Amino acid sequence: MSDKDLQKSENTAVSEKIRNVKTFIPRVDIYETREALFLIADMPGVDEKTVDVELEKNILTIAGRVENGRVKEHALVFSEYEVGDYERTFTLSDEIDREKIKASVKQGVLRLELPKDEKVKPKKIVINAA
Amino acid sequence: MFGPGIWRMKSFADSVPEIMDLQREINRLFSNVGQSTALDYPAINVWEKDDSFVVTTELPGMEPENINISVTGATLTISGVAKADPLKEGETYLRQERAVGNFQRNFQLPFQVDSKKVEAKYEKGVLNITLPRLQEDLPKKIEINS
Repeated sequence: MSDKDLQKSENTAVSEKIRNVKTFIPRVDIYETREALFLIADMPGVDEKTVDVELEKNILTIAGRVENGRVKEHALVFSEYEVGDYERTFTLSDEIDREKIKASVKQGVLRLELPKDEKVKPKKIVINAA
Repeated sequence: MFGPGIWRMKSFADSVPEIMDLQREINRLFSNVGQSTALDYPAINVWEKDDSFVVTTELPGMEPENINISVTGATLTISGVAKADPLKEGETYLRQERAVGNFQRNFQLPFQVDSKKVEAKYEKGVLNITLPRLQEDLPKKIEINS
């Protein structure tokens, strides 16, 4: 485990919610293949019903709503982390084939597959010998 | 005669590097205040009800078999390994912020735990451990004879 900041950081850029909850920045891994861009976001506490993915032009927004992390009939006696919503916005540089975007949520992790548009996929150019 | 002598100013100027050193040292001392280190992962919340504790922690995207929970006496240990997606050749991470690797954390609880009755639940990436207090360890009410 590296020594980077492991606590969730609050997203102060988003507009305030009506519900009195904090909004956090989900930690994200992004990797690229020839066909697609893969985005993996840590959003503990969300499931497929409470997560939103929106792509407007080339602005991708991922958001998740989390039920208060309270344990029923128990009182909080010690706290190291806070529970809140998630939101993060990315600007995508490539054209994405928005019809083929796939999203799944498993154990609080959102996985997005953003396939590149056929038009912008790299093409190999055959060079003929003169 | 006792005006601001030049020699006094000079002695102050001489000590400037030392003062700077001291300032740097103090800054270094406090620079990681409020920051968590790898030792503090995962962060926990502790909930209490009469005779049991519930420990919750956020461990997104784990396989339940990769999380180890053990209880000995009054010590709770949570350990495990978080794995990243295996990449094929030619693929690179453009951004890698999620925690990967091994982690282990021990907690000292204020009571003996009935280790047979410990329950753990893992859903939506949140781990929930219920730790009931050992019956023999519960406070006993003492009757007062009049």
